[in-house]
Amino acid sequence: MATRHEEIRADRPIIEMVDIRKVYDTGKVKVEALKGIDLSVAKGEFIAIVGPSGSGKSTLMNLIGCLDTATGGEFRIGGELVKGLSRDQLADVRNRRIGFVFQAFNLLPQISAAENVAMPMIFGGVPAKARKERVAELMEKVGLGDRMEHKPTELSGGQMQRVAIARALAMNPDIVLADEPTGNLDTSSGGDIMGVFLDLWKQGRTLVVITHDMALARRAGRIVEIRDGRIVRDAAVGPEEGAASVSAAAGAHVQGLASTAEQAA
Amino acid sequence: MKVIWQMFLQSAHIAKKRAFLTIAAIAWGTVAILLLLSFGEGLKIQLNKNRRAMGERLAVMWPGETTKPWKGLPAGRPIRPTIDDIEYLSARMPELEAVIGEIYSWRTALGYGAKVVNGRVVGTNAVYGEARKHYPVAGGRFFSDVDVSERRRVVFLGDEIAADIFGKGDPVGKTLLLSNSPFTVIGVMQKKTQMGMYGGPDSKHVVIPVSTFKALFGRERLNVLVLQVKKDDDMKMALRRVNELLGAKYGYDPNDDRVLQTWDTVKSGKITANITIGIQLFLGIIGALTLLIGGVGVANIMYAVVKERTREIGVKMALGARSAWITGPFVLEGLLYTVLGGVAGLSIAMVIIAGLGLIPADGNKVMEFLGKPTLSWQIGVATSGILGLIGLAAGYFPARRAALIDPAQTLRYE
Ligand SMILES: Nc1ncnc2c1ncn2[C@@H]1O[C@H](COP(=O)(O)OP(=O)(O)OP(=O)(O)O)[C@@H](O)[C@H]1O
Ligand SMILES: [Mg+2]
Repeated sequence: MATRHEEIRADRPIIEMVDIRKVYDTGKVKVEALKGIDLSVAKGEFIAIVGPSGSGKSTLMNLIGCLDTATGGEFRIGGELVKGLSRDQLADVRNRRIGFVFQAFNLLPQISAAENVAMPMIFGGVPAKARKERVAELMEKVGLGDRMEHKPTELSGGQMQRVAIARALAMNPDIVLADEPTGNLDTSSGGDIMGVFLDLWKQGRTLVVITHDMALARRAGRIVEIRDGRIVRDAAVGPEEGAASVSAAAGAHVQGLASTAEQAA
Repeated sequence: MKVIWQMFLQSAHIAKKRAFLTIAAIAWGTVAILLLLSFGEGLKIQLNKNRRAMGERLAVMWPGETTKPWKGLPAGRPIRPTIDDIEYLSARMPELEAVIGEIYSWRTALGYGAKVVNGRVVGTNAVYGEARKHYPVAGGRFFSDVDVSERRRVVFLGDEIAADIFGKGDPVGKTLLLSNSPFTVIGVMQKKTQMGMYGGPDSKHVVIPVSTFKALFGRERLNVLVLQVKKDDDMKMALRRVNELLGAKYGYDPNDDRVLQTWDTVKSGKITANITIGIQLFLGIIGALTLLIGGVGVANIMYAVVKERTREIGVKMALGARSAWITGPFVLEGLLYTVLGGVAGLSIAMVIIAGLGLIPADGNKVMEFLGKPTLSWQIGVATSGILGLIGLAAGYFPARRAALIDPAQTLRYE
């Protein structure tokens, strides 16, 4: 019985949403931000969520990230039903299963880059020594091995976002969620960050990224478009689109990939 | 717990000035409460001591008139016990510690050489010395039963009147002209701060054997009758018994409690004790309020910190911090401020109290009445308790606000 259950879980998508609804009740007005979302994300997928401002992308992201709870529908993460979990249980789910990357980076300003990366591991109870090793490994991976002791204010936007990505990966989460990760960056560092995401994808990570930038979105494996709280398009990126993006990405990111591969070896 | 500590260390080094102000506020509150309670304690000790200076477990009775008819006798008859009743009562009431009778001669000439002072003369029996705490200065003594039975012309002086008559020299052995009769001074009373009194302060009268008084002034009716019981609880019974005995002897209703107007110091002492407790409570409440203001200051600052770090807290929550890991550091911070402030306050208060203790109390009327501020362990425990509560509350409420932060909301506006 237990084995069968495990089997089912292994095959199961990481994210399963059925008819998810979210109503913001601000007392006077009720805003129906999500009006029935069906979404499932399999392991290893890279999904870009696009849509106009106010369409409900961030709302959806908060639900997936267990920062907020739905007002209707059923949501499982890694097969685990999220409904009815306590605040602390939700915190544990976020800690173990989810890595967040925010538009505004959201690094803690008083502590060093390394300490920022270590933070989720403190919450996850990782012992100090393992934590230190992991931080060094992650900082190396995002290309900031020599910036460990820098405070966030001493880093550029692109570097801050790399630290944030390292932090998101700290607990080796099931899924990395990014809400407009390139929104505060110029085109070049934005492209860099997208490159990091692509690398992660190639290494088998599951990613969900919100973006306004269709050029970036086209480099993901699948695009989900939201309008007015509903999914209006959910399609794999076409071969021609994909090919174009891969070739465009190739020149810029082969180097990054190569260095990661070297370290892995 | 480990995580809370780590979070605390990461945030603790930030606001030094703010921390200092907070600690100062708590320290000030602690000084206030400690000083107030110590003054209260000193006052209590002093009142107790001053109250006891007259003598303990006493009842003072002034003979008056009957107010009820009794066995055919009308109301309004004066009842006047005499010297003989001292013996009469002590023989019938062996359970008493002492029976004292007093006769007064007011404004009597007391002369030594060219110096003449008018003062009160008390004629009484020998047990008066012990019961009314007329302890002699070294080299002197109070008069004895033998002095009384042999009607000796000996006199015991209150310390102030002794100084008035004899100046700085030692009066013992000298001859005092009391109403023109020579008396030998046998002792001078040790100085005492006396709160309760009747007739006047002990320091300003002179005391002679009641038998000598009778011979000199020709009076034997008592102005005052004083009983001393062995235990506080005996007093009620003793008062009733005296009225029964004297009522039978002089023919009055033993329930006529106006015949012997009575000051029961056991009863009034309890009232005084309650008043001092009241004063202590009052001072304690004022102190606690002062401390509470300090606590509100701490809480306010912590609220500000929570508000300021809202985003940071939201981020930590997103990264998987449990509520306790968010709240714990705030509670620790509140407690830390309170403990540091409390220790600082305690040190300051101890220095102040020790400093006040150095002021000589002798001849200082205020100090003689108020006593010296005294720290007791009860005050320490009470203050620590209040401090602890305030510290916990000052940390807890802001921390709770922090825990209620909605990470989705905080991270929304970028
Ligand atoms: N806490 C809230 N209270 C009330 N309404 C809210 C709240 N959060 C979001 N909304 C509303 O829900 C709708 C969806 O908001 P959401 O932030 O998900 O949009 P978005 O797609 O992320 O937009 P953008 O691209 O501008 O970030 C909007 O109409 C918004 O006003
Ligand atoms: Mg948004």
